Amino acid sequence: MMELVCPAGTPAALRAAVDAGAHAVYCGFADETNARNFPGLNFERDEMAESVAYAHQGGAKVLVAINTFPRAGAEEIWHRALADAESAGCDAVILADVGLLAHAAEHHPGLRRHLSVQAAAANPDIINYYASEFDVKRVVLPRILTVAEIAAINREIDVETEAFVFGGLCVMAEGRCSLSSYITGKSPNMNGVCSPASHVVYAEEGSDLVARLGGQMVHRVAKDDPVPYPTLCKGCFSAGDQTGHVFEDAVSLDASELIPALAKAGVSALKIEGRQRSRSYVAEVVRNFRAAVEAVEAGLPVPAGTLGALAEGQAATSGAYQKKWR
Amino acid sequence: MELTIGPNQFFWQADIWREFNRNMAADAPVDRMVLGELVCSKRLPFYQNHIPEAVEQVQASGKAVSLTSLALVTLKRERNLTADLGEMGIEVEINDLTALAHIPKGAAFSVGPLVNVYNEGTLAWLAKKGATRVCLPPELPLGSVASLAKAGADLGMIIEVWGYGRLPLAISGRCYHARLHNRTKDNCQFVCGEDVDGLLVDTLDDQPIFAMNGVQTLSSTCANAALQIDILRDAGVTALRLSPHSGNFLAVCQGFRDLLDGRIDAVGLNAALLSEAPGGAFSDGFLTGKTGADWSGAA
Amino acid sequence: MTQGPVHFPVFNPMLSRAVGLLPMMPLTLALSALARRISVRHPRILRRLAGSIDKRFAIDPTDLPFVLLMDFPGGTPRITVQRNADGADCRIAGTLSALLGLVHGSCDGDALFFSRDLVIEGDTSATLALRNAIDDAELDLSEEVASLTPPLAGLIGQFAAICERRTGLSLQRAKGGM
Repeated sequence: MMELVCPAGTPAALRAAVDAGAHAVYCGFADETNARNFPGLNFERDEMAESVAYAHQGGAKVLVAINTFPRAGAEEIWHRALADAESAGCDAVILADVGLLAHAAEHHPGLRRHLSVQAAAANPDIINYYASEFDVKRVVLPRILTVAEIAAINREIDVETEAFVFGGLCVMAEGRCSLSSYITGKSPNMNGVCSPASHVVYAEEGSDLVARLGGQMVHRVAKDDPVPYPTLCKGCFSAGDQTGHVFEDAVSLDASELIPALAKAGVSALKIEGRQRSRSYVAEVVRNFRAAVEAVEAGLPVPAGTLGALAEGQAATSGAYQKKWR
Repeated sequence: MELTIGPNQFFWQADIWREFNRNMAADAPVDRMVLGELVCSKRLPFYQNHIPEAVEQVQASGKAVSLTSLALVTLKRERNLTADLGEMGIEVEINDLTALAHIPKGAAFSVGPLVNVYNEGTLAWLAKKGATRVCLPPELPLGSVASLAKAGADLGMIIEVWGYGRLPLAISGRCYHARLHNRTKDNCQFVCGEDVDGLLVDTLDDQPIFAMNGVQTLSSTCANAALQIDILRDAGVTALRLSPHSGNFLAVCQGFRDLLDGRIDAVGLNAALLSEAPGGAFSDGFLTGKTGADWSGAA
Repeated sequence: MTQGPVHFPVFNPMLSRAVGLLPMMPLTLALSALARRISVRHPRILRRLAGSIDKRFAIDPTDLPFVLLMDFPGGTPRITVQRNADGADCRIAGTLSALLGLVHGSCDGDALFFSRDLVIEGDTSATLALRNAIDDAELDLSEEVASLTPPLAGLIGQFAAICERRTGLSLQRAKGGM
């Protein structure tokens, strides 16, 4: 069966994911070492150890994301995160920075390494290179590839691949985007945040609701319409003589119907985005996807989607997996 | 401090591309030029036959020359291009780590601003692989630049920072220019070529925010490190990158040369360059400001 | 969580008026005591809130005629019952049932937000921290109330009983099938 890799922003969400049938849960420490460094989220050291124990008892793995790019002069913080993840008993770490990968390979050779989506490894040459340089065992694929391209990649590599199937959608190559720091000073790569809440202001202006990020207007909707979170790449802007979502609509990814195709393409693990979401979201999404994965394993069709209300902006796309997205 | 003309980020017609590089090779007071296609492999067939000639012109002028890799390598054609790059006998500037997989063992190479070099560990690893020069990612704050410049000096590397031009903020598999024109990427009809400095993206209340350039997203403002030259020099930075734009780019190069040599001051340079700056506004916020879009000079 | 569109019961206006007639001061004392008790029984809530501990949160059940203003003087939670959100750094507004759904983990904050069943204003970062801290605590308000001393528990219990009777809303967390 394909491995279902599920998000947990808190120990409670981790327990919810394990109870709902996650094969693996990914999470991070409560600091800048992981790419979901949001207020009130993530795991202190004691929580990580307890959570790994809970997951293992439930037969699930824990993957610790240490997937920001260590700050010059402060690499020690990231090195400590690696050591603490290992001593907490986690099953793998998810890394993006080559310096950190080199450090992990040298100082924690027994700690299984996955390549984070933040490394945006998008072709067989670079994946094989990461595998040979750092003994990476699995690569999380960037959300810019078609199913056909994923299949082609898997034919040329030996390591496992993990593909996103649900949740937030980056339209830019992950780990290679500074839109957020250009407008707010805080970036995914350096601070583990994108379009951070600390820079968001919602305000009623006339008959509209306006969402601003770092002072810049990202959305303006009628008061009673659904209001998306002001993520820069999903903002409503104008360019040339057009106005609209020039980069990407306020949608999230739902590739549940592509699970059979991804399985056929050789993908080993399916990833659900959403460490910032609640435990109820995690439980429901995980339950649905576990059912879907089991159906596919049994040769049955994927049960019809029921996750629409949980999606961002309440609309979903199959993203880059289908070529017309580009 | 050295000056580098970075690879052109935009899609210019072949004759304009040729003329630009011929002029820069002949007259620009810079130490080095990086040629080749950074953003989109579909553009390359239009001018790739002219690249050898441009390389010769740069070399003949006594400047160093490098060829950039693509910023994002996914297709078979792009992998082949990247592999070929390693075998051309010219120094490669890698802007996607994929290129590293194809550089002959032991060959020296340089690292462009689109490779994530955020810390000393990464710098040391790249040095071990043969990197002799790194242009740092533009989003790095001054503190990181200083730490890396020091580490780079210890490793015998030249550390370069983004000096002038619209900032490369993101790269995608999706082409925004094609999307804007309701075309697919495969049928883009090279519409990005209509915007020689990128197409401005405005907010709904008419504030410029970004610029699109095919699969690339740039800053709306023109980054300009003129006011930061002294602190960059003090931090140990040894090279500055000037990124090509339309208009009188020779004046940009000459202006920065004059600034570095103390013939003019930064305020004077900025005043001279503003009218031709893409987006009509400068920024230098990534280094010392609160946000990348901030500008430390007079508004 | 139920599937398909979720409809949140709106507090009966008659009841809303009845609750509005409850004296503010005793309710303030009782709810502050409840909040203190919760923070002692679930110390990780305050740890998760550490970055926003100097903020004032207005929790605004839009179908009730008052707002709960929560702050943390000296690191201890305090809830003041007042008529509006004056003095708050952020406001979290929704029907009482939606707010209780968040506390009990039966609803997802982002989904409520996308559907406009939840409105947030002001310091988004502090709001997120509170949401995440509460979500992690797996609270069951009925258990928390039961752990209070009799007079306080009595007052809140009375309030809760009215709510439950009139709206079918339960202060008890649903077990199992979230």
